[in-house]
Amino acid sequence: MRIVIAKPGLDGHDRGAKIIARALRDAGHDVIYTGLRKTPSEIVGIVNDEDAEILGISTLSGAHDSLIPKICDELRGSSLGNVVVFAGGIIPERDLKLLHKSGVRAVFGPGTPTSEVLDFLDEVTIRKQNENPTGVGDDLGWNWT
Amino acid sequence: MSSINELLELAKSGDRRSLSRLITEISESDEIPQFPPKSIWTLGVTGPPGVGKSTLIGKMMKYWVSSGESVAVLALDPSSPISGGSFLADRVRMDGDYLGKKTFIRSIPSGNIPGGISPRIRPICQALSACGWTRIVIETVGTGQSEFRIASLVDRLLLVDGPDRGDIIQAEKAGILELADVIAVNKSDLPGASSSAQNIRISLGLTGNDNREVILVSAIKDEGVEGLISAIEACQSKTNTMELAMRERLLSEWDSILVLNPEIDEIIAKLCDGSITMGKAIQILGKSIDNRGV
Repeated sequence: MRIVIAKPGLDGHDRGAKIIARALRDAGHDVIYTGLRKTPSEIVGIVNDEDAEILGISTLSGAHDSLIPKICDELRGSSLGNVVVFAGGIIPERDLKLLHKSGVRAVFGPGTPTSEVLDFLDEVTIRKQNENPTGVGDDLGWNWT
Repeated sequence: MSSINELLELAKSGDRRSLSRLITEISESDEIPQFPPKSIWTLGVTGPPGVGKSTLIGKMMKYWVSSGESVAVLALDPSSPISGGSFLADRVRMDGDYLGKKTFIRSIPSGNIPGGISPRIRPICQALSACGWTRIVIETVGTGQSEFRIASLVDRLLLVDGPDRGDIIQAEKAGILELADVIAVNKSDLPGASSSAQNIRISLGLTGNDNREVILVSAIKDEGVEGLISAIEACQSKTNTMELAMRERLLSEWDSILVLNPEIDEIIAKLCDGSITMGKAIQILGKSIDNRGV
């Protein structure tokens, strides 16, 4: 799969993003890294130009509650509703509902084994094959974590 | 094929979503799509890993955009020979407020195709050109001395080198240096860059009639990039390398037929456990290609 790993906003730490990127690469995926400090519009532009199926957003700055819903909105507004979005980083549990409501299908916190991200992607593949809602623009209701 | 044509029409009308999907379709189609010949402007950028190809392309994009061009970049990065996956990060280096409607960057994994350049690159360039992109740049994976497939796919070739790349003997070896139209030595802000450039100039000077320029640039400091662009713009599209181009194109199509052969993994496994010889393996592959009528 073509997967974009993105770092939105003012957040200069990308070790987590790179660990995920490496795990995905080693599982045979093509991973496109955006680099640091991207705006939601830049990220959506990259997902479009790279024709990615999956977008992973890593944030540790505490601005996930405003940046991630904005990215999801812009994806839907740019005919990219079939893209599957997951998030990772420092995201308190109380914010999960908000992210799920925005269309994020999984949130991976610190300590998550990388194999779990791969399991999530396997499930995404099965759901897509069965035409179950999975993308950011599809019906809500299913979340991995 | 019909979906390729439909996407092309939508992309031509300026729909960026369709353009992006079109590139995916061309990359994944079983047959190599053909587009009507049209004059297109392509530049290959090659050179060893870490010399600053991506950063330099980023700076070149800025100048082109400011002079009204639309710039599309196909950035190749290597695929893992073990997992088949890739980490594509050239676009990280192409960053700035010049990015927007007049720029398009697509990261492409090299795949397990020998030479790292898929025969699909050419039709992708043709499609980009049909959609109005006036400057199409292909950045190769970091290369050594003998990867010159890129030269067969582009109209002009920029070789980027860096400081301290070895003594003059390196510059005199046969290889990619012979095929480059313009040579840039990047990182001119670091020691050793001007002697690197001088070594290459001396080497080119040995032939007497070689008037190719060796240009010192610092992509990171944005020095010398305008001069480099003038030199690239001034170089004529190649005409004398037709035979090389065809040869490389044929080999690259042949390679991809081979690599995409469904039996190849099985044959490699048999070679590993010694149950067949190399000669036998080639025989089996040859037969299977015959049977598929390629």
